[in-house]
Parts: sequence; C-alpha cells; structure tokens
Amino acid sequence: MTSKIKVFPGTPLREVDFKEGKILYRHDEMNGQYAWDTGIGIGSYLAALKEGVLLGSYCRSCRRTVVPPRTVCEWCFRPMNSYIPLKDTGTVNTFSLCYITWDLKRIKEPEISAVIEIDGASPLHGIMHKLGEVDPEDVHIGMRVQAVWKPADEREGAITDILYFKPIKEG
Amino acid sequence: MGMRKVAVVGAGMTKFMRRAQETGKELSWQAARMALASCEMTLDDIQAVCLGTAPDAFDSIHLKGEYLSDGAGAWGKPYMRSYVGGGTGVFAPIQGWYHVASGLFDAVLVVCEEKMSSFYPHAQGAFLTIFDHTTERPLKPNLLWIFAMEMNRYMQTYGISKEDIAHVAVKNKRNAADHPCALLGNPDITVEDVLNSELLAWPVNRLDVSPVSDGAVALVMVAEHVAKRVTDKPVWIQGVGWSLDTAYWTNRDLAYPRYVEYAARMAYEMAGIKEPRKEINIVEPYDPFDYKECHHLEGLLLADRGQAPQLAIDGVSLRDGDMPVCPSGGLLGVGNPIAAAGLMKVAEIFWQLRGEAGARQVPGQPKRGLAQAWGDLMQVGTVVIMGTNP
Repeated sequence: MTSKIKVFPGTPLREVDFKEGKILYRHDEMNGQYAWDTGIGIGSYLAALKEGVLLGSYCRSCRRTVVPPRTVCEWCFRPMNSYIPLKDTGTVNTFSLCYITWDLKRIKEPEISAVIEIDGASPLHGIMHKLGEVDPEDVHIGMRVQAVWKPADEREGAITDILYFKPIKEG
Repeated sequence: MGMRKVAVVGAGMTKFMRRAQETGKELSWQAARMALASCEMTLDDIQAVCLGTAPDAFDSIHLKGEYLSDGAGAWGKPYMRSYVGGGTGVFAPIQGWYHVASGLFDAVLVVCEEKMSSFYPHAQGAFLTIFDHTTERPLKPNLLWIFAMEMNRYMQTYGISKEDIAHVAVKNKRNAADHPCALLGNPDITVEDVLNSELLAWPVNRLDVSPVSDGAVALVMVAEHVAKRVTDKPVWIQGVGWSLDTAYWTNRDLAYPRYVEYAARMAYEMAGIKEPRKEINIVEPYDPFDYKECHHLEGLLLADRGQAPQLAIDGVSLRDGDMPVCPSGGLLGVGNPIAAAGLMKVAEIFWQLRGEAGARQVPGQPKRGLAQAWGDLMQVGTVVIMGTNP
C-alpha cells in the first residue's frame, strides 16, 4: 500500500511561516494549581524527613524493604508490616549529567540527577535525588554517597529537606 | 482459547511532522480515510472504533478521545480511547484485536493520533507530571533525566559504549530515508555525527533521541470471514501481550525491561512461538532513544542481555540482515508522535508482510513480524505478533 501511494497527507509548518505571520493560531496559558494530600505512607516519609530520617517500609512475607515507604506491598498485596528507619547513606545506582532544562534552556554546570540505593533497603531499591559537592567528572556508578540535610529548623517535611547527596570520603 | 481469528486488512498514515497545520481531528481523519480506502471499505462497514492518544496534557484538551471522535469516525458507534503512555500505539490494536477475537464485532477501525507541537515552549514540559508529585517533582526533574539514567545503568551493567549504541541511531535514520512520511531520514548519517551531536543529558546526545512530532496512523481489523471478502493478502494477528512493572521506578532493575519479557512471553505463547530468534523475521521494537531498541530486543528475548548493540554493529539488524530491526526507520527516523508512532510500527509490519513496503521492503518474503511499544513511567510493554498465516 505505501509503495502505491506517492503523496501522503499532512501539511508541515516551517519556522519561517510563523515569522512571516502566515499562520494563525491561538495561544493561552493554563494556570492549574493543586494541593496533593500526602496519604498515609508518604505522610510518614515526609514526617521522618523533617526529623532527618529516611524512612522505608518492610513486608515480612516478601522480606522486602522498600523506599519510599508505602502501606501495601505490591508483590503480595498485603499490608506492609512496619516502617523502618534507613541510613542516610547509599550507593549511586545510576546518574546523568544534565545540561538542559525542561524547556530546553542550556545550562553550563550540569545538574547531576541520580538513583541512589539507600543503605538498609533491599538491593536495587533507591530514590531519585541529586548529587552535589562533587566534580561531574568524578561521579560514577557504585560511588558511596551521604545525604546533606537542611538545618533542622529549616526542614519542612519535604524531599527537599535533603539538599543533595555528596560523596563519602573513603578512609 | 475459543477466540476468533483477526486480520489486519488496511492501513493508512499521515506524514510525521515537527508541527502540522492540521488539527488532531484532521490528522485522524486523513489516516482513517486512507486505511479504509486501502481495503475498499467505508465507515458503514465498521462496527466499532478504538482510539489511542497519549497525555491530554500535550494539547490541554480534556477527554481527548471524545474531542477526536469525529475525525476517528466514531459517531454513533461503540468507541473507547485506550491509553498506556508510550505503549498506547501497540495497545490500541490489541484492543481492536479483542473486540474482534471475542466475537463482539466483525470489523473495527483503530486510530492513533498525536499532536505534540501544541505544548509551549516544548512538549517535554507535558511529561513533567509523570514524576511523583510529592517525592520527585520538588527536585525539578526533566524527562531526559530518567532516560539518561536508564541508559547509563544499561551501559554500565554490560560494559556498552556510547559508540556501540550510536550504530542503532545510524541504522534507523538511514532506514527512514526510504520512508515517505519520515521526519528525520538521512541516508548519509554516521556514528560520528551521533557522537558529535549536542550533549543534552549525559549519556544522551541529541541524535540519540527521537523528535517530537505530529501525526496519525490507522488500521482496519476484521474477522476471518470479512477478511476473505476484502483481500487475498490478510495479515493475521498471531499473538498479543502486555505487562506492567512497578510505578516505583527507582525500586527495580533499570538495566533489563522485565515487563517487556512478560509481554513477549504472553504473545509468543499465543502465537505458538518456541524459538523467537528463528521464528520472527522482522522486528519493530520501540526506539524513542537508540538504547531503548537494544533494551527492548533483549526484553523480547531476541538478543542476549547486553548483546543487542552488536546486532546493529554486525549488520544483523540492517534491512537486508538476518533479523531486520526497525526497517521503517523507527521513531528515531520516521518520528515520534507517541501513540501514532507505536501504530506506525504495526502498520510497517503489515506493509512488509504484504510485500508493499516499497523502497523499505525487507528481502526474502518475510512471514512473521513483531511490533512492540513501551511507556508509562518506563514500565509498560505492549507486543503484537503478526504473520501471513492465521
């Protein structure tokens, strides 16, 4: 069929069409505002962050400690048995050096996003956060890191109570 | 399983464009009309319509299924929009398949549309809401993070280089040069071009990524007795599968897409396929990023873990290789209007198995092909296997 059809529908627009004002369109800005309830599991997580603690939850039947904590184990569909305070240290599972913002603005110093496997959680169980106090060249998978917290009186019960994770100086 | 045989008998698509003058409705109608015309059917012959389109956030139209219904030919018919993120384009024909296989309908129209250009200043912004609103969005992530981190984990786990993976982008963009609807076909692109393109989020460079696009694709799917009336070259759906992994994406193995394996095993079992590497002639895995083609080939059990880049390097996955992968040019070359891109892969298998793919035709009269898509929060796999035999 495609080999028989020579002309396919669709009218591609070019940048120059807009510059020359040939194209009509309507532009608007949506301004949606939301307030998300934390729920039970994440509520406990945020409350613990305010106290300077990373919280996980444990399922006895699956012997699995997950982070962030939740109320139900999605493997066995039973309630999680308990909340478990984890360490604020971990291992870089993977990372990226990002030179671009969501709206495609270029940035000189890369933002370093990472998945950090948290000590005390089950293997491959981590959270997404950022790395700091590190030369981008030195970041590597397997790097040991520790959370850098906001001062206690500035914490508000949010993931940003951890500013970033920084490398643990070995030895 | 007591289900009826289902055939694809027609397909149509628009150009894939960075920005189309047509609305989503107009694109949907263009693709649907072409699909119906290709099998000499009319909307009167169609009993139900399945629509696939990705986030409402792209065009800020709530209930986009209803909005697109006139262009999709849904008026006065049973109609439903399905949505599993990037996996939608291969899920919509699965929905079409069970509509017909169940005996409920004899002929359905499947339409997938995407118009990503409406979001200002860039469609990436529409993806920000995929991150958890409380535990992730305060970190101000952007969409590239998640893919860059998955690619990095994949490379590190198996010792794969960026150069290895760049061969996939080169293959697909070259293949796309033969696709009349392609946005980024380039017969002369080289591995160096990919490696030297702008670094966005290490390890992802610009040419490792597919372009945001506008476009639509449509299929006509019918029961056996209808297929025999309208064509002597039906392409049969032999197997379908889909599966979902955890939404806690930082709590799983990022180097291997287990959910794609589950989806593939479901489809292989339905199709009676024991040795997929010998029994699948053409593969159209989802390739929004070049490493994702590799990731998915491994999840589909068509390459050993960590070995998929070698298929492109050795030429096995070229159009004239032993197992052509993305002969269409894929999302990297043809373009990535999310839901439409997935259905484009199913349409490509349809055209290839009928020997109608023109300059893209894979040699050797292929008998069976597989299309796969992937999406949600990097967690859903959708698979369709099609063949020249029922």
